[in-house]
Order: sequence, then C-alpha cells, then structure tokens
Amino acid sequence: MSANRPLSPHLQVYRLPLTGLVSITHRMTGVFLSMGLVLFVYVLFAIAAGEGAYGAMQAFMSFWLFKLVYWGFIYALFFHLVHGIRHLIWDFCKTFERMTLDKYAVYELIASASLTLITFVVS
Amino acid sequence: MVEFTLPKNSVIKKGKTYKAEGATNICHFEVYRWDPDSGENPRIDTYEIDMDQCGPMVLDAILKIKNEIDSSLTFRRSCREGVCGSCAMNINGKNTLACTKAISDYKGTVKIFPLPHMSVVKDLVADMTHFFEQYTSIKPWLTTESEAPAEAERLQSREDRAKLDGLYECVLCACCSTSCPSYWWNSDKYLGPAILLQAYRWLADSRDENDKERLDELDESFKLYRCHTIMNCTDTCPKGLNPAKAIAEIKKLLVERDHL
Repeated sequence: MSANRPLSPHLQVYRLPLTGLVSITHRMTGVFLSMGLVLFVYVLFAIAAGEGAYGAMQAFMSFWLFKLVYWGFIYALFFHLVHGIRHLIWDFCKTFERMTLDKYAVYELIASASLTLITFVVS
Repeated sequence: MVEFTLPKNSVIKKGKTYKAEGATNICHFEVYRWDPDSGENPRIDTYEIDMDQCGPMVLDAILKIKNEIDSSLTFRRSCREGVCGSCAMNINGKNTLACTKAISDYKGTVKIFPLPHMSVVKDLVADMTHFFEQYTSIKPWLTTESEAPAEAERLQSREDRAKLDGLYECVLCACCSTSCPSYWWNSDKYLGPAILLQAYRWLADSRDENDKERLDELDESFKLYRCHTIMNCTDTCPKGLNPAKAIAEIKKLLVERDHL
C-alpha cells in the first residue's frame, strides 16, 4: 500500500533562508576549490618546468575566461575561509540567536567580497 | 540519498479551481492534494476563500475548505493553539503550524504543502512513523541509577530547572526536521534537529543519570554529525526554539568529554 505513496515536494517548494543559501554555497565552493587545486598544480608545474612552460601558462592564464575562473577561485577561497570561521564560532555554541543569523550571513558576504577586492587591488 | 528531483509518481499536476461566487474579499489557497485510491499523481487544487467569512489563521481557511467546499480534504489538527503540533505543514515555502500562522502574514496566494520530503499518506498528512521511531530511540524519559528519595520527588534547583527552558517546549511537530536538507537526504540514519533537541533535553536534565550512555549512543558519524549547521531548523521552528544550538551543545559535550 505504502509503495505508491508519493514523496512530498522539498527543494521544489522550500524557501531557503539566507543561512541555508550560505551553507550550500560553502559546500559548492568546497567542491570548486578541490577542482581548482588541479589548476594550481598546473601553475606550480609550469613555474618549475622552465621559461617556455611558464610563458605558455602565463598566456593561458591571461585569457579573460581563465582570469574569470581564477578570480572566482580566489573569491571561493575567501568565502570558504569566512564561513569556516563562522563554523568555528558556532562550535563554541555562540551566536545561534535567531534574530542575528541573517546579520552574520550578510557580514560573511561582505567580508568575502572585501577580501577578494583587496586582493585584486593589491595584486 | 541525495536526489534533487521528485520521483515519477510524486510529480505534481495541475488540479481544480473552486470559485467563491459573489465574494469581494478573496484570498487564493493552493493546496497539495493526493488521493491514495485514485491511482493518480498529486495535484494542486486552488480554492477561492471569502475572507469576510473566514477566521484569521491558515487553519481556519483549511477548516473552511473542508466544511464548506471539499470535505475530502485531509489534514491533521487538534488543539488549534500551537501545543499539539498536529497541523505542521509547509506554507509558502516554510514549515509552520497552520493554527498559529495568520493568513494576513502573507501577501497574495497561500500555497500549502505537506511537510517536505516525507511519504504522503493522503493530502497534507505525512507518515510520521519513522520520525517517532527515532524519538523512541533516544529514550525520552528520565533514567536514574541512584535510589529514589523516600519522602519526595527528585528535586531540582531553580537554576537546573532553567536549563530546560527552550527545550521542554518542543511539541514534536517535525517542522524543523523536515526543513533540514541533511534530514531530507539521510533521514534513515540522521536523527534530525527535533530528535536531537529532545536528546539534549535529557542530557541537560540534572535529574537524569545516564549522560554517558546517551552520549555514547549519539557519538556516531550519522546520527548526530550529519548536522552541518544549515540553520533551517532554527529559522523555521514555530515555537521559536533553537534546535541548531541544542545540537551544538551536544557536539560540545562530546568534545569536552573526549578531548579536554
């Protein structure tokens, strides 16, 4: 009888709060960063492999699309770092108050964007 | 298991619309319907409700539909004041109790679904068997080793009693557990926020003498640690409780016990 019972809608209807969106972004940036490490190894490899390989890498990385990818990588890194610190604070059982959750999530977004911007300006 | 889309038999179809003839102050209610005897997929029926003839809460509108428009509409309700936890459902994208939620809190159409990612028995009634089995598994009662006092109950100081505030008020409506993506994907093994808040309620009770066993039971990668502090539970709790914090307290107790 229960075999034909439907599953009630979940992602289809649920409106994730900001903390939920930040949480899933944390997971996605984690995956993105793992994949980005392959690119990072390529850069290190090119640096070690001499002038020719270095030049080729530089040309490759200066292409606008790849520039976009590695700035995305840097943003992901800062976002992941900032939310990681958020988790660390949570682990002390602090700042769980419902009314403050959105506020801290906005702080996280501002902090990660600012760190990326600072890196861009400094580099 | 993580599956983002609905299985074939659960995909929602368009249903009927019931007009409110002659009404001037209309609110639309879109309600999830599934009849186990029909052999058909779930559908969304739309009801026009004359708000001049309806009580203020979402439950009032649902009762009006059942009483006056479509008596086959099936849902759970009992106390109509937020203490029984029966009328938990997903209203406009968030889980809450229909009886304590005012219709005026929403702008426009009110969309009503059963609690998310649950097996549907009929319409808005979800199968809660597994949820309550998980509740049983944490032994939600006072357990003691010491001899019971001969002359009185096991007493508690005011301070110790205060530690149960924010925990004992839980009515086990399952709004939090069914709002949690972790619970959606792993409810077979992960206990979910409601049950973990209850587990902490007994850990926090100064009269209970079985903390060690309770913690041993929870110290496992799925039961407790599938909580990734997504915070949907705290965001959605219709009683204003904080399951995410209770879970963090359990994790902290385990760290203090094993590593400090």
